[in-house]
Amino acid sequence: MMYSPLMVNPMREELVAAGFLELTTEHEVAGWPGKAEGTALLVINSVCGCAAGMARPGVRAALNEGGDGPDHLATVFAGVDREATAAARALMPQVPPSSPSMALFKDGELVHFVPRHRIEGRTAEDVAQDLRAAFAEHCA
Amino acid sequence: MGTFHHGKHELHGITVVVDTDGPDLFVGRCDDILDDRVVLRDVDVHRDGAHELSRAAYLERAAQWGVFKTHERLVLDRARVTSIRRLGEL
Repeated sequence: MMYSPLMVNPMREELVAAGFLELTTEHEVAGWPGKAEGTALLVINSVCGCAAGMARPGVRAALNEGGDGPDHLATVFAGVDREATAAARALMPQVPPSSPSMALFKDGELVHFVPRHRIEGRTAEDVAQDLRAAFAEHCA
Repeated sequence: MGTFHHGKHELHGITVVVDTDGPDLFVGRCDDILDDRVVLRDVDVHRDGAHELSRAAYLERAAQWGVFKTHERLVLDRARVTSIRRLGEL
């Protein structure tokens, strides 16, 4: 299902305001430094009410905590920016498509992944704790 | 916590593991659970003896990464379903 950009703008803004770079085209994904160097968090944003409503606040809470965090932050929007989402998923072909989801890369290698089913039914704080633990392990 | 879509089961939108009284195990997003059927979307199926992984190994992998869907939508006979669990709680 494709969604209207107008409808999803507030959902995009939740992550952009937290410092995420929006990747809306295949070209932008290809040029994103985070896919190859340093530590990088890529959030596949989505409209899904049950999971995305906790995913975005969870990500923000994890980053607001301070301490170790990724060098690069980026997001694509599933169901809206189809080309960019496909390109982002191609960075982790071993992982089934899932949105919302979060992928942590280190020097281009996927080191942690939070699929949608690990967000469903959890609180934003649960999601934040998961991410903080991954940041502590991989971004220190 | 489901999506609370009007008229749908509370597991609507949640990724679930559906076990049956036969060799098949289903992993997919619950659309609805009704008296006579369970409707799943974006589903993969594990069949005992026909899959490269044992059921336990398949579930372990699914719990970590999710599944690649092999069916857009499946309707299961509720009478043959023995359990429905959230994948995120495995």
